[in-house]
Amino acid sequence: MSEFRMPSLGADMEAGTLVEWLKKPGDRVAPGDVVAVVETQKGAIEIEIFEGGIIERLIAKVGETLPVGSPLAIIAGSQPSSVPQAGQTAPEVEPERPAPPPVETVTETAATAQRGIRASPAARKLAADHHVDLEALTGSGPEGAIVYVDVENWLHAAARQPASPPGTSPPPPARRGREAMREAIGATMARAKREIPHYYLQHTFEFDRALDWLSRTNAALGPDRRLVPGTLLVKALALACREFADFNGYWRDGHFEASQSVNVGTAIAIPGGGLVAPAIMEADRLELPAVMERLRDLVNRVRAGRYRGSELTGATVTLSSLGERSVEGLWPIINPPQVAIVGAGTPVERPWIRDGRVVPAATLMLTLAADHRVSDGHRGARFLAAIAAKLQEPEKL
Amino acid sequence: MSGTATYRDAVRAGIRDALIRDPRCFLMGEDVGRYGGCYAVSKGLLDEFGPERIRDTPLSESGFVGAGIGAALGGMRPIVEVMTVNFSLLCLDQILNNAATIRHMSGGQFSIPVVIRMASGAGRQLAAQHSHSLEVWYAHIPGIRVLAPATLEDAQGMLWTAIVDPDPVVIFENVMLYNMTGSLPAEVRPVDIDKAAIRRAGTDLSIVTYGGSLWKCMAAAAALAEAGIDAEVIDLRTLRPLDDETIMASVRRTRRALLVDEGWRSGSLAAEIMARIVEQCFWSLDAPLARVCSEEVPIPYPKHLEDAALPQVSAIVEAARRIMGAR
Repeated sequence: MSEFRMPSLGADMEAGTLVEWLKKPGDRVAPGDVVAVVETQKGAIEIEIFEGGIIERLIAKVGETLPVGSPLAIIAGSQPSSVPQAGQTAPEVEPERPAPPPVETVTETAATAQRGIRASPAARKLAADHHVDLEALTGSGPEGAIVYVDVENWLHAAARQPASPPGTSPPPPARRGREAMREAIGATMARAKREIPHYYLQHTFEFDRALDWLSRTNAALGPDRRLVPGTLLVKALALACREFADFNGYWRDGHFEASQSVNVGTAIAIPGGGLVAPAIMEADRLELPAVMERLRDLVNRVRAGRYRGSELTGATVTLSSLGERSVEGLWPIINPPQVAIVGAGTPVERPWIRDGRVVPAATLMLTLAADHRVSDGHRGARFLAAIAAKLQEPEKL
Repeated sequence: MSGTATYRDAVRAGIRDALIRDPRCFLMGEDVGRYGGCYAVSKGLLDEFGPERIRDTPLSESGFVGAGIGAALGGMRPIVEVMTVNFSLLCLDQILNNAATIRHMSGGQFSIPVVIRMASGAGRQLAAQHSHSLEVWYAHIPGIRVLAPATLEDAQGMLWTAIVDPDPVVIFENVMLYNMTGSLPAEVRPVDIDKAAIRRAGTDLSIVTYGGSLWKCMAAAAALAEAGIDAEVIDLRTLRPLDDETIMASVRRTRRALLVDEGWRSGSLAAEIMARIVEQCFWSLDAPLARVCSEEVPIPYPKHLEDAALPQVSAIVEAARRIMGAR
């Protein structure tokens, strides 16, 4: 028996509103099943369960707004599998393996997650309740320990900033929707700009070969299966991440954790304003048509306002492509806790010097924003060049 | 009696009140009659109430405490005085094996409404056989209630509440309090024996104590206030059962606790309360718990060594500053 709880769908999420139950008491669920729809600042998100069992009882009622960690349902006969860490896909349930100890309460998890930091239990509790990262704080207690007032002061200071994430209560209903989404984006980006030492690189190269290859390939495909340039970008980025592990993963608890799988977040605009960057899981292992299929599916679901929790939190690196918006380049901000984001402008026709002659060419500008705590510009340059090189041989993608 | 009185006067007023209220009450113990009590608590009572109700006993703690338990079993309301807690070890068998168990072993058929008073604590240079604080040994025993009045009002008012209690009650009177002066209400007012009392409200840390140490803690709190540290002082009053509610509510407010206990450190009442705080308030704590107890030696006779062995105001102040992170 275990509790299915309101998941955290991002560092800035405090609460979610239950919109719909997709399962009812008595239903059998398997890890990865979508069981409910929750409305957050990022829109309606389908939330998945990470253990198998039978739904014994639904605790949360449709319409209720509940803080992250609140029990939503009771699962009987569950075999707890470890909750997938971001950067891994949900593990298969292997019943023969001894079950790990049941997940402890939210506060204990928060405390143990921040081990190594000298902080009082009261400070840890307050920080966990408000999703404050203790690493960002300076302690004033005995032997420099972080104590309750240190967290309290931090919260007060954060509350004075307009786009602060750790507010004290879920936003009132009037501020939901677009405004809340804007606030969430602002909070995450402000945190990224505040905490991550970004460095930026730009690289412009010929994109003719890729575009020609796409036209030839698409000519043979029906309209619903045609590939967009973004497909190539996702795949090329994913493959490059395999060779450059220091751009694929998370900065957590003061150090970088490389991810085994490459899950490429793709920034997708939401009609009416705002954006999300749901992930194409294990994009490096997908054939181009499959990448296209996932991309199309994500875009459709984002436009319909239906995407899954694991898609929102699963990305290990992000691609921000403005596609046909016809700007030449962009300087993206890293989406924490990731450590790199690649920006792609629109392909531009321009005079280009090839073999000593000026010729018309389609060019693409790729940009990289990466975390200097993890990598340096030299390494970033090689990473960008590797992506560009892969785009010169689209048939190999 | 009103105006300026001593703690000794307060205890005597409580005993007089009980003797007047209830004919089943009587006082017995070593030297309580003709001598007036070794701490002069019962001075004058023999003349007022006569030898039937103010009874001198032989030097046999096991015998006269056992007699008191028997009298209580037979329907009387005895008040038994034991000179010091050190001597009470001779009657610990009567208290633990009889008084505390008979209700349980008779399936609730018999009550033992006895009150046993004893002096405890050091500071009068009475050396290692008359100076100890063994309150925690009694607070360990289920079946009895243990009180430690630290104020005149409690010294006077707790006795009647204890007599009315159908089970054995042990009352500890700290020897350093007998000469403490204060004002006493004209009438004896029974007080509750269930709740701890906040003797000084504060926001920065909770100092939890009882008996003679209360006034050292109050002095320490005043000194801390000058340093900008606002200490709350809790007087336990009842050592068994402990009033967890008051202690925990205070610690949740202040997030820090300092225990001050004249008992020896190992296995002290302070240790028990620290364990409860960790069990019940862990997520409210902002600093390690701390305690100031007696040094683990037989209490010495020489004045300077006796002082060094006991919790003192300076040590309480220092411990409080340490857990506040102040230098």
